Amino acid sequence: MNEPALTPELIASHGLKPDEYQRILKLIGRAPSFTELGIFSAMWNEHCSYKSSRLHLRGLPTKAPWVIQGPGENAGVIDIGDGEACVFKMESHNHPSFIEPYQGAATGVGGILRDVFTMGARPIACLNALRFGAPEHPKTRHLVAGVVAGIGGYGNSFGVPTVGGQVGFHTRYDGNILVNAMAVGLARSDAIFYAKATGVGNPIVYLGSKTGRDGIHGASMASAAFEADAEEKRPTVQVGDPFAEKLLLEACLELMQTGAVIAIQDMGAAGLTSSAVEMGAKGNLGIELDLDALPCREERMSAYEMMLSESQERMLMVLDPARAEIAKAVFVKWGLDFAIVGKTTDNLRFVVKHGGEVKADLPIKELGDEAPLYDRPWVETPKQAVIEARDVRPPVGHDVALLRLLATPDLCSKRWVWEQYDHLILGNSVQQPGGDAAVVRVGDGPKGLAFTTDVTPRYCEADPVEGGKQAVAEAWRNLTASGARPLALTDNLNFGNPEKPEAMGQLVGCIRGIGEACAALDFPVVSGNVSLYNETQGRGILPTPTIGGVGLVKDVAQAASIGFKQADEVIMLIGATQGWLGQSLYLRDICGLERGAPPPVDLDAERRNGDFVRELIAFGEVSAVHDIADGGLGVALAEMALAGNLGARITVLPQGEAHGVLFGEDQARYIITATTANSLRIAKAAGQAGVPLVAMGVTGGTALTLPDCEPLPLPRLREAHEHWLPSFMGD
Amino acid sequence: MKAAIITFPGSNREGDVFRALADVTGHKPVHVWHADYELPPGTDLVVLPGGFAYGDYLRCGAIAGRAHIMQAVKAHAARGGLVLGICNGFQILVESGLLPGVLMRNANLRFVCKMQHLRVERADTPFTRAYKQNQVIKVCIAHGEGNYIADAETIARLEGEGLVAFRYCDGAGKVGGAANPNGSLHDIAGIYSADRKVLGLMPHPENLIDPLVGGIDGRGLFTSLMAA
Repeated sequence: MNEPALTPELIASHGLKPDEYQRILKLIGRAPSFTELGIFSAMWNEHCSYKSSRLHLRGLPTKAPWVIQGPGENAGVIDIGDGEACVFKMESHNHPSFIEPYQGAATGVGGILRDVFTMGARPIACLNALRFGAPEHPKTRHLVAGVVAGIGGYGNSFGVPTVGGQVGFHTRYDGNILVNAMAVGLARSDAIFYAKATGVGNPIVYLGSKTGRDGIHGASMASAAFEADAEEKRPTVQVGDPFAEKLLLEACLELMQTGAVIAIQDMGAAGLTSSAVEMGAKGNLGIELDLDALPCREERMSAYEMMLSESQERMLMVLDPARAEIAKAVFVKWGLDFAIVGKTTDNLRFVVKHGGEVKADLPIKELGDEAPLYDRPWVETPKQAVIEARDVRPPVGHDVALLRLLATPDLCSKRWVWEQYDHLILGNSVQQPGGDAAVVRVGDGPKGLAFTTDVTPRYCEADPVEGGKQAVAEAWRNLTASGARPLALTDNLNFGNPEKPEAMGQLVGCIRGIGEACAALDFPVVSGNVSLYNETQGRGILPTPTIGGVGLVKDVAQAASIGFKQADEVIMLIGATQGWLGQSLYLRDICGLERGAPPPVDLDAERRNGDFVRELIAFGEVSAVHDIADGGLGVALAEMALAGNLGARITVLPQGEAHGVLFGEDQARYIITATTANSLRIAKAAGQAGVPLVAMGVTGGTALTLPDCEPLPLPRLREAHEHWLPSFMGD
Repeated sequence: MKAAIITFPGSNREGDVFRALADVTGHKPVHVWHADYELPPGTDLVVLPGGFAYGDYLRCGAIAGRAHIMQAVKAHAARGGLVLGICNGFQILVESGLLPGVLMRNANLRFVCKMQHLRVERADTPFTRAYKQNQVIKVCIAHGEGNYIADAETIARLEGEGLVAFRYCDGAGKVGGAANPNGSLHDIAGIYSADRKVLGLMPHPENLIDPLVGGIDGRGLFTSLMAA
């Protein structure tokens, strides 16, 4: 194939800025070949190099005694006792999902599952966090249908339960939806596999599906803002094959048992380039690839195309040569391609040969280490005014407001979504979608893991630092409300264009907030992903640092759930209520005002109140627990009544304006229920621990009755809660 | 009772049914690979588990229905051996000709996973003797293609000979309307072969064996088989 001349246009179309190209010339002392240009573009784009975010990410807490592997590997690993480890990560697939929602979302799930089983873990759960544009936007319905079907289509076939997630709508995602997928796996803590290659002359083995022309430059696309021609990028979206991935999983885990695997890396973003370079660079070794041996599914593929293809369901391994035949037999059994495509070398060069020619010969360490690092200019987001509840006039009665809130796109039941996900396979889903955190039993128990995904983008937009804190605090609170001890998190940082100081300021602020909350709550970051340039035609998304939290439940039989359990139990509010309406859904969706400072996060109070609630759960003192978040106290009560199919009569509210108290979104709060006898003990203990507590009323009946309001019969609440999404989707 | 679970590439509930059988019957089943030609000697029950065998490419169950091992499964059925096909296993049974009819895409064209009530049509078969006739049980479903269709003659025969095993219903046992999750004719959730030794059903009793995870209404099926 004739290789094109390296014109400034060609260089720019590879996402490399003129100064970045100069950096390449200086590094290798000559002009790169076309293949080499492709390799640099793959390694130095934002997605792979974290060039805009790296500097700021360094400040995040990543260590704890239970952390086995922090950021920098395919996924984070934590110790969960009994020789077992939990492996998890969340990653975005935003741009591909906007262009081709089914395949974009499906391959997002596939990619994150591969990250987890690459480390030797068997996936046990998937979660996701989805953000769509305004419901009235003409593309929204099509995108919701496609993304949900894609996530289900991949996970259901692969055979992992999708146990939880988040779905939100906002006009700022109209041209740039977010699809963040999280996967969790289990491994023996002494049998974790890493990407670091060892030994000179060891074979590099290619496994899985064949390489095609799909997804070439996917990572570069993910590192650029969308213009009006986004749909024309459809050919860069990969196509998923969950069946091939299921075979790859079984074959990899079987192979790992044989002791043949020295290092393993999945081919994800930037495909063969990124995985090969990473394995060599981490092991201080050179890599030589011979592309003539690469299994291809299309004819006459060039070296450039093979190096940049993002075809799915592929792995790269360094094998123990003595056991290569055993390894091959495993792959033949599973009907997967197995090819020796290169070897490790001692010269620290990344050499790519094809058709008898050397197509690339680059210094392997520098490809990663010398990637540009930017301290981009940023400005702090201006603070917004605090809104007092007394300055907000309730436009409707509180009962009407509650019914309307339950029927809003953000607060309505997401049953239509999660019923399309197999959330029951593997038979360990102790708590299913719709609660605070998903709880999945580990093997035959009694231990379990709790998972949640959280972020409140409108808070992050109004105040990135508080919003970043709140995302972590809410994840921690959701885990706590299920009875789990929060252990660690994965962060998926979705932001706009980092070359704009305002967007960069949001990233910097959110990371700062996340770091502060992680430190205060002993809740380290062990893996993550940064997705920048989420911008369409100059307009950025709301800053959306999604937090995926993982916690440990000692005994799943003791886990708490949100539904009211029986009549005549005392309903108590834990935590201080100020009636904070700024950035609340009440203010936005009932009053039509999207403004104000978001609720501040008092991390000491979070910790105190959360530790108190967790202890109550552990001692079996409480029957139902729910954290209070979007929509405030009123919505949380309705959700508890609906989940338990049992009403409640609320007679006492905390001091303050009733609409602020009922719908304000003050943080660090929970609702709990207990028998009268237990409630007295709990109130006393709360007093001693300095935890604010208000006994608000009792469970019972078939309606939710708020002070000075008409009783709201459960069927009416349920109709409001369940109706919107199916009707929007045209059922 | 000696059970063999067939694992096809793409099976994904083979572990779930293994656990249910081992837990309820106290005997560990054997896994049999799809490319094998024979069942272990003395096999009493063959289980075709849920999943997406061969990716369900071409048509769900179509390729698996023609796998090597299916000859042995057919011979086992011809000898009067028990065969249980769950979800994808049911699809494979109809594709292989061991049961009549076909499973089409759900009427609303979407995959559905949820808790679902079933009515046990008869309690005198090897699969259901631990239940009562017309008992309503709560299990789960998880499928995209569970819409049972057959020609009028076949349906008439199934009904006439009492070969409908389970029907979708609501909590009170009432069939029809919103209680039918996928559009199946006559609310059919599962059917027997003429000798009632082969059962295919879409729901997943194997996921309902534990009070901590949804309930124990699925145990009855495995308890019934224990006596086989």
